[in-house]
Amino acid sequence: MSSTQKKIMEMEVVSATSTHPLYTLLLLRPACGDGAQLPDMLPGQFVQVAVPDAPHTFLRRPISINYVDRAAGTMALLVRRAGEGTARLCDLKEGASLNIVLPLGRGFSIPERQTGRLVLAGGGVGIAPLYFLGCVLSKMGFNPEFIVGARSEADLLQLDLLSRVGEVHITTDDGSAGHHGLVTTHPAWHEGGAIERVYCCGPAPMMKAVALLAHSIGADCEVSLENMMACGLGACLCCVEKTVRGNVCVCTEGPVFNIKDLTWLD
Amino acid sequence: MARLNVNIGGGITLRNPVLTASGTFGYGEEFADFIDLSRLGGYIIKGTTLHHREGNPYPRMAETPSGMLNAVGLQNKGVDYFIEHIYPRICRYDSELIVNVSGANVDDYAETARRLAERTDIRAIEVNISCPNVKEGGMAFGTTCAGAASVTRAIREAFPGTVIVKLSPNVTDIAEIARAVEAEGADAVSLINTLMGMAIDVERRRPCLSTITGGLSGPAVRPVAVRMVWQVAKAVSIPVIGLGGIMDGRDAMEFILAGASAVEIGTANFIDPAATVKIVEWIDNYCTRHGVEDINELIGAINQ
Repeated sequence: MSSTQKKIMEMEVVSATSTHPLYTLLLLRPACGDGAQLPDMLPGQFVQVAVPDAPHTFLRRPISINYVDRAAGTMALLVRRAGEGTARLCDLKEGASLNIVLPLGRGFSIPERQTGRLVLAGGGVGIAPLYFLGCVLSKMGFNPEFIVGARSEADLLQLDLLSRVGEVHITTDDGSAGHHGLVTTHPAWHEGGAIERVYCCGPAPMMKAVALLAHSIGADCEVSLENMMACGLGACLCCVEKTVRGNVCVCTEGPVFNIKDLTWLD
Repeated sequence: MARLNVNIGGGITLRNPVLTASGTFGYGEEFADFIDLSRLGGYIIKGTTLHHREGNPYPRMAETPSGMLNAVGLQNKGVDYFIEHIYPRICRYDSELIVNVSGANVDDYAETARRLAERTDIRAIEVNISCPNVKEGGMAFGTTCAGAASVTRAIREAFPGTVIVKLSPNVTDIAEIARAVEAEGADAVSLINTLMGMAIDVERRRPCLSTITGGLSGPAVRPVAVRMVWQVAKAVSIPVIGLGGIMDGRDAMEFILAGASAVEIGTANFIDPAATVKIVEWIDNYCTRHGVEDINELIGAINQ
């Protein structure tokens, strides 16, 4: 369980920015008059968003936290248009209100000191929690590096933000930007010193490939899973992942797991 | 403020008619950040079996129109683990704690109930003879009068407190099953458990659930549930507890008017973790609006 008390908050859309047909960045703040402040949130944690005016979307949508701006009192969610529910979220306009349960789950573990390279590897919307993690690592005086992959140059997200907190290595499937190939084929994995820890979020096949690579080079590795869930609170037992301790809820025991606890390497 | 106390059989009076449905409310503590559990009539916790169960493989859930399918398969750590590790944490909530009990055979049901009776102060159990997601036991007992009667008889001998038998809607005549468990000494019946359903991912040509079929819950099942509660309430003289797709106070009142003495809130907990308390408030307000001094006046009180 996360130590921060979970809340149900009414939030207001400060801005909804779309720089890609598939993705919208929602900047949110507690609804005025609520007097509520954003609770403490950690990189890798997520929120459960009720989708307004979507009669066929029954359940909340779990979305990872992209970043938190304490000074401005805002939280950002990067939403990928995947189905009706997320499409509705992507189409929200400034001033819309959202009912959100937060913060949920366990985030990435933060080392006390940096002894080797910290690599944040992601693809697609998976870079959302990695940016938040990069911000926190950088603020602690560490040097996070990103290895991000996309289909082509136009699908690379938030490169400007990522490059503000660390070095960014790029791969594209079609070679239109950076290294031509998958995230796991970037030369940065094998050049530039020993990797201490790998944090990964992206499509499942990518995370499995990164987990195997991290294991082969002796680096610790955490991955963020996105199993389908209903409640997000550990009550429905729907989002389970098979681990060395048996089936556990991704929403409360994760979404971030050390690969040692999963059965991916078996 | 109206009198909201209701009787659920075996001498148990709840402070109000709002309970939680098993499998949707964890052990209660998952919701303690959002609501004060002492405001509920009681809470029914996750299905408990004699032995540890891993449940079914992922994927276990599919969202469907106005509802969801689940195929959890009674994942739990077994009754001994519950008694030793979970019960001491949750028995402190000032609310009627009801344990849902399931089993692969009659002896397992009875032994689980016996251990709860001997080693806890739990006053009521709900007997799940209607789980559609397990290979052995579960719904197999709930779909015949003889099966339902045999489990009820065994539990009645093993557990001295209130025995609520949770009925399956996947039957031809639910009233007949209700009468069979009443005859074996059940103190109350609760209904409905999930309706068996199925969903297919057409792009991948694959069932959405690892178990192919699962249990449908949510507002999609509510009219079926209201109808069954109405039929059962006419057929038995023990209290009926109604559930099935209750999302708000209005929905809960439908069940009460159909003949339910209490209601269970299930899938709504996934969407609004504070749904239960809002429903208690709505019912209280409804009684005030309608000049009702005692909620019991409303049970089965439809004008025909």
